[in-house]
Amino acid sequence: MASFWEYANPLKFMRTTDWLLPIVTWAAVIVTTVGLVWGFFFTSDDFRQGSTVKIIFLHVPSAMMAINIWVMMLVASLVWLIRRHHVSALAAKAAAPIGLTMTLIGLITGAVWGQPMWGTWWAWDPRLTSFLILFLFYLGYIALWAAIDDPDTGADLTAVLCLVGSVFAVLSRYAAIFWNQGLHQGASLSLAPGTRMDWAYKAPLYTCMVGFGLVFVALLLAGTRTEIRARRMKALVTRERMA
Amino acid sequence: MISLLTRDLRLALRAGGGFGLGLAFYLILAVLVPLGVGPAPATLALIAPGILWVGALLACLLSLDRIFALDFEDGSLDLLATAPVPLEAVVSIKALAHWLTTGLPLVLISPVMGLLLFLPSEAYLWLILSLTLGTPALSVIGTFGAALTVGLKRGGLLLSLLVLPLYIPTLIFGAEVVSRGAQGLSVSTPLALLAGITAGAVALLPFASALVLRINLR
Repeated sequence: MASFWEYANPLKFMRTTDWLLPIVTWAAVIVTTVGLVWGFFFTSDDFRQGSTVKIIFLHVPSAMMAINIWVMMLVASLVWLIRRHHVSALAAKAAAPIGLTMTLIGLITGAVWGQPMWGTWWAWDPRLTSFLILFLFYLGYIALWAAIDDPDTGADLTAVLCLVGSVFAVLSRYAAIFWNQGLHQGASLSLAPGTRMDWAYKAPLYTCMVGFGLVFVALLLAGTRTEIRARRMKALVTRERMA
Repeated sequence: MISLLTRDLRLALRAGGGFGLGLAFYLILAVLVPLGVGPAPATLALIAPGILWVGALLACLLSLDRIFALDFEDGSLDLLATAPVPLEAVVSIKALAHWLTTGLPLVLISPVMGLLLFLPSEAYLWLILSLTLGTPALSVIGTFGAALTVGLKRGGLLLSLLVLPLYIPTLIFGAEVVSRGAQGLSVSTPLALLAGITAGAVALLPFASALVLRINLR
């Protein structure tokens, strides 16, 4: 494997992902299917929550990815700003719609679970509020990319927005905690001893989390390849017009 | 720098720009909310802190696109960028001018708004103090958003979308100060956090705004 920096060359990135993408895609399909089927059909119902507990296999992995994808975009934006790593900027661009979708899945599955359990689709709970804010950040980021024609200007501006937005996203998180006491339960998984979840649930949940991670990587690679091709096409069209 | 400030202020006052706009919006809001919610003093007193802060935020949002748009169109922004004054200072002055024409009038008129919305008398001091501390942050954050969208046609909606999530912490702490003040609780924690956000934003965001402006003028 070559160093990370060599993949700033789009050609090299395309050549590596040519064989990497199918492997990751199949791994993602298999692991996610195994995790979800295991979680949905081969775990028993919860004592109090009944079968609604099984939405956790969608909710927790998507919520985890929604946050992780923003962190990945932050790192990719920094790499672009500091080293002018073109593929990194395009990867950040390709990651945003995936992150938006994950945030939406988290919000919707949460609402579907909350309706029978909390008796409400929505509560202004710190976690829910933070996720709504994260959703707005994703929307703004994507809208800014879409609004700017010049790709390098777009990459620069969205990278700065991502940096400033991250600071404010963290601030909002703590502001929301300060502002309202929560209805949402604590962390589902914790490394501390005496965790509350049984391995019968934890094993399929971990599988789903790995699966969602793989889905993200597969979609990210595919999206970045699309962006590279789109830019190449744009360059070709411009060259045609010049000639 | 002072001449830039006086120039911006004069433009805002004489060119019929955003000066009256935010203020008028704030007044309209304070008149319309009781008409919509009902005249019961207890209800109005309960929601007054939130309404007053949301109104101030929206009034600020309304005039943001004027910060750079006119200067960008007639090219004076390019001149400012090449001037010996650092762009960070220009951006700070722009934010200050925006605050003087939008934030400060809102602070001054807010007691009257409180009167219309039956704000409890203990909360007036905290309303004025929190708006004085919080609105500079709104102007500085808004200047960053305006710098991001300066080159775009029809950037208004995008500007609101970008700035709205950035305004949330300021709004939460600001409204919290007033509502705690209205209930007679201690306000020191949210007030300190609000002041912290303003201090941090005023100190750091002009650098981001100037960076973004340089990219846009490239």
